Amino acid sequence: METLFFSLVAAIAIISSILVITNKNPINSALSLIMTFFCLATLYVMLEAPFMAAIQIIVYAGAIMVLIVFVIMLLNIRSESGRRTNHALFLGVMTGVLLLIQTWYLLWKSSLTGMKGSVDSAMIIKVGHTELIGKALFTEFLLPFEITSVLLLAAIVGAVILSKKKL
Amino acid sequence: MVSLNGYLILSAILFSIGMIGVLTRRNAIVIFMCVELMLNAVNLTFIAFSKFLGNLDGQVFVFFVMTVAAAEAAVGLALMIAFYKNRESIDVEDMNLLKW
Repeated sequence: METLFFSLVAAIAIISSILVITNKNPINSALSLIMTFFCLATLYVMLEAPFMAAIQIIVYAGAIMVLIVFVIMLLNIRSESGRRTNHALFLGVMTGVLLLIQTWYLLWKSSLTGMKGSVDSAMIIKVGHTELIGKALFTEFLLPFEITSVLLLAAIVGAVILSKKKL
Repeated sequence: MVSLNGYLILSAILFSIGMIGVLTRRNAIVIFMCVELMLNAVNLTFIAFSKFLGNLDGQVFVFFVMTVAAAEAAVGLALMIAFYKNRESIDVEDMNLLKW
């Protein structure tokens, strides 16, 4: 049952991500990308990471995609005209397929180490996923967390400077 | 029960599709969306490994990747608007001021 559900969600994710790169209209691409994000959120729930699924929907599908759709509508971009040469398309697809074959070979040849950590599904249900993430974030990863806030400040300043009238 | 390889293969497929999009499309915003797709494929790998290795570090890393993606969205879209004001287009083939 779980395998069936996984195949269904995976198929929808792959089809909608192919639609992202084949649609001529950027708005349709953005809507397909939101569909892919929702499928990934479903997979996160299956992987016992409900907090990550919520963040995926709120931050990615909610904030980032709204920003992208807003900019697409603000710029009023028309669909692409077919100026691109065929060999560029061919080379791009070839590189992508080559990368896929390489990754596949790597997965097929390698195996996990077998060293497992202490977090299992019983512990996630007992303690709660959000609490576990919060504990890790504010103890072990406190310095990266603080550095992230500096990164966000820099991004805010950069966005404001870039959108000034006279650049 | 789905095995770890199922998730990893799905993630590899999504990453390859994102890369094909980056290499073949010309609209800068679509290229940007394809980069987001690649970031998400990597996030799926992190969370799958995190579950199957019983360790939460991967999920904390996904948190940071999302933060970087949000910062990138803000700055990248501001750049695109600035470029559109100058050139009336966001086609990457028109971005040739630094081309030799």
